[in-house]
Amino acid sequence: MSHATTAAHDAPHGGHGAAHPSGLLRWLTTTNHKDIGTMYLLFSLLMFFVGGAMILAVRAELFQPGLQLMQPEFFNQLIGVHALVMIFAALMPAATGFANWQIPLMIGAPDMALPRINNLGFWLLPPAAMLLTLPFVLAIFGIGDGAVATGWTLYAPLSVQGGLGVDFAIFAIHILGISSILGSINVIVTIFNLRAPGMTMMKLPIFAWGWLITAFLLIATIPVLAGAVTMLLTDRHFGTHFFNAAGGGDPILFQHLFWFFGHPEVYILLLPLWGLMPHVLATFSRKPIYGYKAQVYAFIAIGLLSVVVWAHHFFTAGMPVPALLYFMYSTMAISLPLAVLFFCWIATMWRGAMSFETPMLFAQGFIVLFGIAGLTGLVLADVAADAQYHHSYFVVAHFHYALFAGGIMGVMTGVYYWLPKWTGHMIDERLGKLHFWLTIISFNLTFLPQFFLGLAGMPRRIPDYALQFTEFNAISTVGAFILGFSQLLFAWNIWQCMRGGEKADGRAWEGADGLEWELPSPPPHHSWETPPAIK
Amino acid sequence: MKTTPRFTRLRPCPALAAGLGALPFLFASGSALADYTWNFPPPVTPIARDTLKIHNEFMLIIGALFVAVFAIMIYSMIKHRKSTGHAPKQFSGPTGTVQWIWALVPFAILLFIDFVLMGIPAYHAVIDMEDTKTKADMVLKVTGMQWKWQYEYPESGVKFVSNLSTPREQVVNQAEKSEHYLLETDNEVVLPVGKKVRVLLTATDVIHTWWVPQFGVKRDAVPGFLRETWLKIDEPGVYRGQCAELCGKDHGFMPVVVRAVPEPEYAAWVDRKKTELAAASAGAERTWSKDELLAHGKAVYEAQCAVCHQADGKGLPPAFPALSGSKLVTGPLLAADGQLLKGSHVDRVLNGKEGTAMQAFRNTLNDVDLAAVITYERNALGNSKGDLIQPAQIKSLRGERT
Repeated sequence: MSHATTAAHDAPHGGHGAAHPSGLLRWLTTTNHKDIGTMYLLFSLLMFFVGGAMILAVRAELFQPGLQLMQPEFFNQLIGVHALVMIFAALMPAATGFANWQIPLMIGAPDMALPRINNLGFWLLPPAAMLLTLPFVLAIFGIGDGAVATGWTLYAPLSVQGGLGVDFAIFAIHILGISSILGSINVIVTIFNLRAPGMTMMKLPIFAWGWLITAFLLIATIPVLAGAVTMLLTDRHFGTHFFNAAGGGDPILFQHLFWFFGHPEVYILLLPLWGLMPHVLATFSRKPIYGYKAQVYAFIAIGLLSVVVWAHHFFTAGMPVPALLYFMYSTMAISLPLAVLFFCWIATMWRGAMSFETPMLFAQGFIVLFGIAGLTGLVLADVAADAQYHHSYFVVAHFHYALFAGGIMGVMTGVYYWLPKWTGHMIDERLGKLHFWLTIISFNLTFLPQFFLGLAGMPRRIPDYALQFTEFNAISTVGAFILGFSQLLFAWNIWQCMRGGEKADGRAWEGADGLEWELPSPPPHHSWETPPAIK
Repeated sequence: MKTTPRFTRLRPCPALAAGLGALPFLFASGSALADYTWNFPPPVTPIARDTLKIHNEFMLIIGALFVAVFAIMIYSMIKHRKSTGHAPKQFSGPTGTVQWIWALVPFAILLFIDFVLMGIPAYHAVIDMEDTKTKADMVLKVTGMQWKWQYEYPESGVKFVSNLSTPREQVVNQAEKSEHYLLETDNEVVLPVGKKVRVLLTATDVIHTWWVPQFGVKRDAVPGFLRETWLKIDEPGVYRGQCAELCGKDHGFMPVVVRAVPEPEYAAWVDRKKTELAAASAGAERTWSKDELLAHGKAVYEAQCAVCHQADGKGLPPAFPALSGSKLVTGPLLAADGQLLKGSHVDRVLNGKEGTAMQAFRNTLNDVDLAAVITYERNALGNSKGDLIQPAQIKSLRGERT
């Protein structure tokens, strides 16, 4: 199997007798997993700054009560597009970039199994990102009234009422969805077929396991989202009434469909990073991963549970008592497999010989802050208390602990951990540590006050607020600006590492274990031309 | 009458300090923030008290979990470092009975916490919260619409619309912000204390969410469906909240203000409201002069229409079209036979336009308001049609549907 793929991949340069295309054409036509992985990661970094800039504008508006910088219409556009950009164009591509770079290295394969699909998967992203942001530009020229202003959840009937930004968002979601499904198919096919001989599924690196579950979740749920937004499109333009009660539809149907995708999406974003954590912790604790099997089973359990808990995202929409109870208890049940992961992470460090290089700091910061996300998630599951938390800043704080501290900081862990492997250069540790401390302090400065804002009664998605919320908002805004600008250090560190620096040997980190560390840094163009032997 | 305590009172809560404040830097900044609220505002209904109690207990539980788990991790980070020369062990899972017990006990504890310690009180709270029908004393119907609330008391027939009353100047920082900035309305909902109120919710356009934090009640108002919840207010006072579901441009500007009063005072208020409504409908019987209509129409326009179509009538196209010079507004008033003309200015104001924020104002405005605002729009804002419509005409047109 691996032989056939290698041959197919070599055909362009062999068959035509031409060298690699260079310049832009090289990147447009590349089928190499490392090139594509690099593009995914750089695209993700770029969109991370785009989405970040949007939310800094929002936080600036929220610095003080009153409308200072923008009108509510524009505010609503920024919050929704911020979320769509961060989720679909920053976090998901970063995970796919990791998969591209690392899965072949870690399982002893020469490349991904479906290289052309891989190329297509990436090149669908820039047009989708353009569709999301183009309405902002069109509005400047007087076309339409700006981007989608419904929040990223696109709840009908507000989204039926919205302007052309909604249509742009629908098409962007379709394209992003196709890209994700292509990436997922590639991951599944690669893991099932290109493992080195002797690597049974229960010897698969745990990062690959995390991604495998993510890939299945994507294939299960993206089509549901695609269906929901298509129904929205036909409601908007072709006279259907899926979400219009007057025509026999139901607005809440949209919420069911959306969150059937939306809840697994949280785990889609996080599973690859939960897969990454044990590798990092084991490396810097100089110990084997603790509870490999338990973690794999926990991944599978979380994957299964994730598709049966969706309605806890709209308890206040009103549903029968048995449904409330079912979704409450099933949501609470997720805490058990998650606790398995926390247990194994801490047990991996326990009685090791820890050192605290940048990736380890990020991993440990991830565990603590993601712990807060998990614990507040547990109380959010309670229907009665949820009535107070829901739609408030408490929820905003909760999911940023999950998706910034869990998602973005997880990605940063991976980037710092694997950059020496990818570039052949060690990262600047002093800069990395500075980045870590600035990030963790300003992150908490931004989001901790939001828990209290939510408890005090501040709804989310409002451009202006009552006076008792002023001080916490001001603190949150100051934190957000420090957080945002600290990320320039991250970009600078990556840039420096790509250009030069201390040479990294194959096993860049002293305690690193796994196939990827047996190749030189950076690895050869076709990672494993002959499959390695698995002990 | 007692008013709501200001939210800015110090409300120390050890539960929260333990739960969310476990990060050391919070304690550092805690003293600087001592004047601000750390927890739910004071509860005034059984549900809100229940919720606060559950919330405090849960925060203690998760706070304890957080401290326990991360104390172990931090202990390990201090003890098991390479720099202190700790030699790494090589285990990769539990070995032997004792270790298996160590590994499984935390999960037994978590199972107990999830489904007994938290699960049982949560169950009772849900059952209580959803019990809207038992021994309800009265019904309040709440209708959300962009961007105001309509309230209806089916028993007494009282019905009115409640708008934000904070002046625009305060929002755009041209005037000093008042004490209840953005949490004040022109028409407060009045409810009797000590009565179980069954609240029915719906919406006319998009989904809204009715929320008063001190009631512990938050429920979506879904267009085309009825949702319900209940509240029983213990203490007289004024309670403030706002819409909690993103509902378009002015989502942040649709507050809820409820005044809870003793029963006799409530009865007096109902009588007064009924008289007001009767006076308003009596106004529909007489013939109004054009100047009267224009003067009243200006007030109605500024309260109801200016939020989208703007005070100068220029609108915010394309979402909110201009009325100045609009073909629709300057088009014919009625059909030749005096009937409603489909797609006309009057039709649009009365019946709205589906799929847009233009709502059917027949449901929220009385005949006088409608006649006045239509006349105003045709003869002001840069338009000068010269014609007018009488409240009595509106009254007869109400029966018709295009």
